[in-house]
Amino acid sequence: MKLLLIEDDREAAAFMVKGLRESGHTTDHAADGREGLFLATTEHYDVMIIDRMLPGMDGLAIVSAVRVGGNTTPVLILSALDGVDERVRGLKAGGDDYLTKPYAFSELLARLEALTRRGVAPQATTKLRVGDLEIDLLARSVTRHGRDIELLPREFRLLEVLARHVGHVVTRTMLLEQVWDYHFDPQTNVIDVHISRLRQKIDKGFEQPMLHTVRGAGYCLKPVD
Amino acid sequence: MIDLFRSTTFRLALIYLGLFGVSVMAVLGFVYYQTVIYADQQTDETIDAEITGLAEQWRQRGLAGLVAVIAERSSTERGSNMLYLLTDSHQRPLAGNLDHWPDATIGPDGWMRFPLQPIGGQPNRGHIARATSFLLAGGYQLLVGRDLWERSQFRQRMVTALGWSVGLTLLLGLTGGLIMSRRLLARLDAINRASDQVTAGELGRRIPVRGSGDEFDRLAQTLNSMLDRIEHLMAGIRQVSDNIAHDLRSPLGRLRSRLEMAMRTPDRLPAPYRDVLQESIADADQLLATFNALLDIAEAEAGSLRAEMAPLDLADLLHGLVDLYEPVADEKQISLSIATLNGPFPVRGNRHLLSRAMANLLENALKYTPAPGRITVTLGVTRGGFSVTIADTGPGIPESARQIVFDRFVRLEHSRTSPGNGLGLSLARAVIQLHGGSILLEDNEPGLRVVVSLPAAEPPAPLPVEEHGMGQLRGTNLTVALDSASRRQ
Repeated sequence: MKLLLIEDDREAAAFMVKGLRESGHTTDHAADGREGLFLATTEHYDVMIIDRMLPGMDGLAIVSAVRVGGNTTPVLILSALDGVDERVRGLKAGGDDYLTKPYAFSELLARLEALTRRGVAPQATTKLRVGDLEIDLLARSVTRHGRDIELLPREFRLLEVLARHVGHVVTRTMLLEQVWDYHFDPQTNVIDVHISRLRQKIDKGFEQPMLHTVRGAGYCLKPVD
Repeated sequence: MIDLFRSTTFRLALIYLGLFGVSVMAVLGFVYYQTVIYADQQTDETIDAEITGLAEQWRQRGLAGLVAVIAERSSTERGSNMLYLLTDSHQRPLAGNLDHWPDATIGPDGWMRFPLQPIGGQPNRGHIARATSFLLAGGYQLLVGRDLWERSQFRQRMVTALGWSVGLTLLLGLTGGLIMSRRLLARLDAINRASDQVTAGELGRRIPVRGSGDEFDRLAQTLNSMLDRIEHLMAGIRQVSDNIAHDLRSPLGRLRSRLEMAMRTPDRLPAPYRDVLQESIADADQLLATFNALLDIAEAEAGSLRAEMAPLDLADLLHGLVDLYEPVADEKQISLSIATLNGPFPVRGNRHLLSRAMANLLENALKYTPAPGRITVTLGVTRGGFSVTIADTGPGIPESARQIVFDRFVRLEHSRTSPGNGLGLSLARAVIQLHGGSILLEDNEPGLRVVVSLPAAEPPAPLPVEEHGMGQLRGTNLTVALDSASRRQ
């Protein structure tokens, strides 16, 4: 992926660029809003990462400017401003995702990948297929290898989110946001318990598991190879 | 309200009243004594003057003159209190208004006292006379005295009047004392109430000052400036801790990303280093979570949280949370259930903040309830709002600790060993207060019952059970008691 990072904290940016490069992404870094806006409007990127607090400028202004120009490149907004309403403001301004500093790099990476997947798996689809697992979004039914799997509504939604990001890491925070629409970190391992229940249902009795735990990051649904 | 009769002011008033009563009685007693002596002297002087007059007559006009004067003076028309009796040597009356010589002895002071017999049909029962007598030449005896009826009447009236005076004094004093102590108590009560509210956490409360500049005003001003100082110090501490949280967050974030970057090349790292890194990241995350929670509490408490309030349904919110935590509870062999009436339960609030607050309460219950246990979430209707009750079968919280557990970083002894930062309840309370609600800890016998009250967005439709409170509600109208899992299926 080709990424644009607009971030004034040079040290943080250096870490990020290094990490992204190690994960196989090329990254352009702009240290101020003017340069960032120039790059955003002249180059083509897969995802743009924009810090909100830039010297003399709100990162959201860049997002708006980019959107006004008809550019639909996914934007991930970084912010030291916590709070749910800040998130809402960021998304209203045209951002596609919002991450509060400080964040785990794995979280950033998972979200970046999820953003690029957006164009690939259309929301309007009625069936998701992951290997021998079939998810009927209209009938709310799931089969694996032709065998019916009974899921509770919340398990179904969990599976749906994982399936939409097939092959990619989905973090616990992302699951909590996308399945339950909660934006806080529970102190207990809620998501792990839900995942283990889901795993019981879709992987039990099959030789190869599909639902994998990615250590220190999250979960990943992969077709059996 | 302090018990009036046990108050110091009332006791002081009583003591003063006692002293005052004694003083008044002493003064009145003196007045009485003086008056009575004066009256007695008057009586004796009158008699003496009379005697002098009669002696003059005797000297000038002899027996006849004396008899005439006595007869004239003792005629009933004159209505005098004077008593006269002139007898011959055989004590046979010659003149006067007594019909016989009284059967009384003469005291050492030359006076005699004797009861008066009715004279001429006049009612004079109980009348006492004071008289003196002389032996005249020729064996004649003269008695001059005075009916003391008027004097004793006067004395009696005086005693009555003085008695009433003492009584009135005591009554007025008591009333005044009561009024005074009530007024003082009212002012002390105001001070007490304000202090209690400050103790309960309303640091902004101040003791009312009347502006009269009296002792109470001065006391109130002193206490208020003390409270100002406390509030200032508290704000300072809070400010410092918030700043620390804020300023430490950035370097901690950098620290975390460095550790994470080092972790991202695991193949080149020996396993022990990897573990150290992993643990360090976990610690950094814990610290960050604590800082974030501190900042969130500070913002919620300041009421400045950029929280956009929107209408939401409390039942939906709770069902969502129970749905999230039900498997966790199940895994711990705790049954988590929710019971609500048929909605709607409209409140105005921030869904994310409220969810987080309620999640904290649920997580607390989950953390401290041993297996096999039970956690029940009940949504009820109260006056003007709703109540969310989260009851568990855990060890509960002793009454003495129920206030302090809301303070930051307070963890009770038995929970020290379990994970957590001691900020969950603080945040929950801050958020609920931000929503104009309140949170209370009660005994679930056994276990803890957390009762959250939130105001309704609009007055709820009147329910017939509203008058009877929760007890009735549970008994009669609570028909929907569903596990959220089965509800959603």
